[in-house]
Amino acid sequence: MSQPTPIALANPSAVPLASLPRGEFHWLRSTILEQIAGGAHLCSLFPLTMDGETLLVALINSHEDHAVVAAAAPIGNAYPSLTPECPEAHLFEREIFETWGITPQGHPWLKPVRFLPGRDASAAGPSVMDFFRVEGEEVHEVAVGPVHAGVIEPGHFRFQCHGEQVMHLEISLGYQHRGIEAALTGGPDIRTRHLLETAAGDTTCGHGLAHAMIMEGFTRTDVSAAAHRVRAIGLELERIANHVGDLGALAGDVGFLPTASFCGRLRGDILNITALICGNRFGRGLILPGGVGYGIDAGMATTARERLAAAMRDIRGAVELLFRRPSVNARFEGTGIVERITADRLGMVGPAARASGLEADVRVDLPSGVYAAREFPLRLGETGDVLCRARQRWMEVQDSAELIDALLQEDCAAQPPAHLSPLPADSLAVALTEGWRGQVCHAAVTDAAGRFRLYKVTDPSFHNWPGLAMALRGTQISDFPLCNKSFNLSYCGQDL
Amino acid sequence: MTTQLLALTTFLLALIACPLLLGIVNRTKAIFAGRNGPPLLQKYYDLRKLLGKDVVYSYTATWLVRACPVVVLAGSLAAAALTPFGRGGAVFSFQGDFLVWAGAFTMARLFMVLAALDVGSSFEGMGGSREVWYAALAEPALFLSMAALAAIARDYSLTGFFLSLTPEVTSRHLMALLFAAFALFLVSLAENSRIPVDDPTTHLELTMIHEVMILDHSGPDLALIEYASALKIWVMGALVVGAAVPVDIGSWWLDAGCFLGGMAVFAVLLGTVESAMARLRLTRVPQFLVGALVLAALSVVMMARNSA
Repeated sequence: MSQPTPIALANPSAVPLASLPRGEFHWLRSTILEQIAGGAHLCSLFPLTMDGETLLVALINSHEDHAVVAAAAPIGNAYPSLTPECPEAHLFEREIFETWGITPQGHPWLKPVRFLPGRDASAAGPSVMDFFRVEGEEVHEVAVGPVHAGVIEPGHFRFQCHGEQVMHLEISLGYQHRGIEAALTGGPDIRTRHLLETAAGDTTCGHGLAHAMIMEGFTRTDVSAAAHRVRAIGLELERIANHVGDLGALAGDVGFLPTASFCGRLRGDILNITALICGNRFGRGLILPGGVGYGIDAGMATTARERLAAAMRDIRGAVELLFRRPSVNARFEGTGIVERITADRLGMVGPAARASGLEADVRVDLPSGVYAAREFPLRLGETGDVLCRARQRWMEVQDSAELIDALLQEDCAAQPPAHLSPLPADSLAVALTEGWRGQVCHAAVTDAAGRFRLYKVTDPSFHNWPGLAMALRGTQISDFPLCNKSFNLSYCGQDL
Repeated sequence: MTTQLLALTTFLLALIACPLLLGIVNRTKAIFAGRNGPPLLQKYYDLRKLLGKDVVYSYTATWLVRACPVVVLAGSLAAAALTPFGRGGAVFSFQGDFLVWAGAFTMARLFMVLAALDVGSSFEGMGGSREVWYAALAEPALFLSMAALAAIARDYSLTGFFLSLTPEVTSRHLMALLFAAFALFLVSLAENSRIPVDDPTTHLELTMIHEVMILDHSGPDLALIEYASALKIWVMGALVVGAAVPVDIGSWWLDAGCFLGGMAVFAVLLGTVESAMARLRLTRVPQFLVGALVLAALSVVMMARNSA
């Protein structure tokens, strides 16, 4: 029997499920491994049950083809795990095991990820409160969280330490699980956009845009150029605000107060530009399926440009103050190193991956909207330490500000969003955006009535949490807060 | 005014004014950060608030946790009673009292660490381990600076150190005194858990040293510990100011003014250091303390050269 060829999908696009290539499991496995060996990475991996058959669907971001490669194979209740050969499938397979009760046989650490009720592993792997332990007379265990000293989200961190040195860190999340994906099935309805805008609140534009692209991919709707510009402005403002806030938080963590205080205020200034455009500081309601909720007229564009320029002047001052301080450089440098090969094997995304030198930027790999029309610079770091991740953010802030300023000089006037036709039956749609943390991947499958059979959200944090754990190996436990802040991953984005 | 009365007055002044010193430090930091900052008297308000609260003890804690605040406060009070504030001399003074002075703080530290271990939290255990490690490294610098002062003064009491600093002695040993003062300043940064060694304002329990050890103290117990810490800063500041500003104008009022001015400058200096630099990585702290030791050794060398 001749083997099928995996299908290459544009970003965004939709295909009828009948055209989704499906082969034997060993074909799917070798397809995934070949792609990954060629430098591609898993965007998403999920099972799809239809007509009494369960398929494992893999979506792979192929840098070379500038396309999302999709392939599927029937698996039943169990299949041989991909993780031993493909570590980036690690969390996906744990999720598959917990959510759908399908066992990836041979998975090295088959532990639930989200504390789903009634799903605590009785059979195969460790239970939610089992942790990988290092044994030894001088080894001690430090448990941090889920309740933390600061106003942050809940998550549990279990360190295996020898004195101050961390030998292993296990990150246990799931406290923020709200059942977003379950609530989305049967949609789209009036709640769909709101649920996705709040999947990770600080990535409202990233997830909002991915959802809009899914809907447009299904219905093959074209969005006006002005709407594309407004969307990019929202996305980049979100990136600046979060990067600036994090640079301030990094300064605060090492006790460098001036930058910490300035950046807190400056993040607010950027959020207020978003509020100027759409009335909400996080950009809720800005991006709608089919277009945008708000336009930017000439007067508003002038105000926004002035405010952005003023904020960028102050940001430059605060950030240069930080990077010029020898004590700050000494503290950041060499802390929490993630080697390129580690980032590659774990399939890390976003600024954290780029700081390690991994070419991963949806705006460059799979450009859509305004990014398809212009060359967007790919910024890469080398050393993959906290200093590099901090500098990466500052470079991206500058690029984003430049892009926003250019877009604001073009036509961004309001146009009513395009009318969307009903969704096609039995189809799969994929959309990727580069949120400020990295690749946001949405995948949706419709049923015979054109309603969501499945809506799979993959936040960049899902790819990057294991990277944080690896960054801590062999470092001092007192470096953890600093490393954590340099990634600043989302708990609710992972827990959904 | 008799010497005894003067010593008692300055001692009482230290007890009353020490929380104000932290107010000045925090105000300086706020100005550097472009904020208004808390009121200068904030520490007094905090202490009053804590004194009005109930104490919560862990079920697993023993008498050590209850004893700790009292012993820590006693340590600071004992050291304060041996410290000359300005030109007045200390309340108590005898040959070799600087050893008792250091011992008083060490006893306080011992109980603080034991109480931290007693509650069985892994954070507090790490804090205790760091505290003891850095204290052991800070001690040589402290004693070597004291040795330089003792040799300059040809006296072995803290009061003697500073009373003997006549204009003639001061001018001959000016550099040695300044180096000793600098070494003492660095030691006081470490001993009082300030940046760059520790960050008193951080909420990150994994990076803390002093703050993490007192996580399980609450209410009036916490107030006692915080007050003792404030007094410790005042006491160590008095040593730094005494060595760096060895003025002897003769008028009681002017000398007291110089001392208090020196203390204010010391607080501003602490705030400036905390604003101008980031915290050291914990593994670099020993280098910082060895730096203080080298300064103290230089002070001894210069003293010896000028005495010869």
